Amino acid sequence: MLSPADTPRPAVSAGDGAVADGPSVLCRAAGLTLAALARLLSGASVRWIASQPDTCQRVYFANHTSHLDAIVIWSSLPQAVRELTRPVAAKDYWQRGLVRRWLAEEVFDAILIDRTDIKVHQSPVDLMLREVGNIKSLIVFPEGGRSVSGEIGEFKSGLYYLAKKRPDIELVPVHIDNLNRVLPRGEFLPVPLLSCISFGPPLWLERGEAKLDFLERARRAVIALKE
Amino acid sequence: MNDIRTIALIAGVLTLLTAATAIGQFLRRHPDRGLDPAAVNTFNLRLRGWWIMCTVLAAAFWLGTTATVVLFGLVSFWALREFITLTPTRKGDHRALFWVFFLFTPLHYVLVALNRYDIFSVFLPVYATLFVLARVAVAGDYKRFLERTAKIQAGLVVCVYCLSFAPALLQIPIAGADGSRSANFRLLFFLILLVQFADCMQYAWSRMLGRRLVAPSVSSNRTWEGLLGSATCTALLAAVLWWAAPPFEPWQAALAGFVVAIMGFAGGMTMSAIKRDRGVKDYGTLVVGHGGVLDRIDSMCFAAPVFYHITQLVAGGTP
Repeated sequence: MLSPADTPRPAVSAGDGAVADGPSVLCRAAGLTLAALARLLSGASVRWIASQPDTCQRVYFANHTSHLDAIVIWSSLPQAVRELTRPVAAKDYWQRGLVRRWLAEEVFDAILIDRTDIKVHQSPVDLMLREVGNIKSLIVFPEGGRSVSGEIGEFKSGLYYLAKKRPDIELVPVHIDNLNRVLPRGEFLPVPLLSCISFGPPLWLERGEAKLDFLERARRAVIALKE
Repeated sequence: MNDIRTIALIAGVLTLLTAATAIGQFLRRHPDRGLDPAAVNTFNLRLRGWWIMCTVLAAAFWLGTTATVVLFGLVSFWALREFITLTPTRKGDHRALFWVFFLFTPLHYVLVALNRYDIFSVFLPVYATLFVLARVAVAGDYKRFLERTAKIQAGLVVCVYCLSFAPALLQIPIAGADGSRSANFRLLFFLILLVQFADCMQYAWSRMLGRRLVAPSVSSNRTWEGLLGSATCTALLAAVLWWAAPPFEPWQAALAGFVVAIMGFAGGMTMSAIKRDRGVKDYGTLVVGHGGVLDRIDSMCFAAPVFYHITQLVAGGTP
């Protein structure tokens, strides 16, 4: 078995520089305010099912239903964990406009992925791994986009490659319920309904597990949290 | 004179709560008394809810009329959240819901605070209804149109409109009151006390003597015996406490108590029916094991408007 100590760690990269400096007071205050606001607005009740919040390195993967998903998951984490957790978001959405860009880059410390320009030698997975170093955790939405029907779609393969390249990272399934009604696709005014965020027990890539099997298992883990 | 009554009422309630808490704790520590531990637990949870309710109410009363109206407004807002969360809505309802939450609900409470009975009595049932119908129609989704708009309207009327009659009690002019609002606060407290008492009596009578369920498919613990027992006991309590509720004679207080108990029962049944339809037991998860806000105020929502109008009738004159 691989234990975290045995696994090769990627070289310390630019992503870790931010940890040493720490975010500015303004950004921290904005982060706390937004987290509180998101919690209040989404009325999110947070459940940890056979799982505990921890500052160890993790990838939180969730179903994607609303623009609020990342910020609500991020704000559901305890503050110590939240400071170490970076959402992965679409560059085309989050780089539009000054406020959005400032929020994404300074407050949430998001990793922005260019969905339109994915190359083999510049894959998003490598970028994510480089950015998190061996301290930070990630929030990802493996469906690749917001589902319209409310059903949880097929997962894209990024999660598999993340698990394969860093087998020491815990993969934590997260289910988001009702947030698509708070802020549906195409709307910009939220309706303050009550949503529910469920964190499940971590899983890992099994030795020799095929890509499709793993992705289906991960998807089932998210669906299982519905109840 | 007025303040002696207020103090007597508060002291009475505090004594009762303290005694009940002591009994509840005693029963919890001695599970061998042959009582159902689940019932004891429910009792203790309820008591905790009442302590919280009393503390919050006391704080609001102390801060004044506006603070109390704001408090009830927040409770309405939260209850409406729970209500709409549980009722399926479609994307076409989104914009209508936004205005319902952020314009109609707050504005209604502003009208209540301003004592504009002439407007607030029609604002939600007429104007909000028309708005919701039109806004959903304009959104272009006609599927199950009447069903969807009716759901939003029902939520607004029960959670916001009806509940707001409780703080509106603070605005009824009472002859002989010395200008201070303490008589009105006692009136509101009287209503809350009766509603809670009726709930308890309904539970107690149903457990002790309950045979005939009113509607077994909707509620498994509401019986005709419970309803009758609770209405009678609440009427008696109201008659005994008539001195606390300013405009009432003892028989009028008894009548009000009787009606409050029946309306509270109706509210509980209604919410049970909705919950059964949605396949849930409680409305929210605000405090684990507590149900939701809506579970706590369902009887109150139904009893408040009736009590308000009885009071208005007895006090005479239009507000």
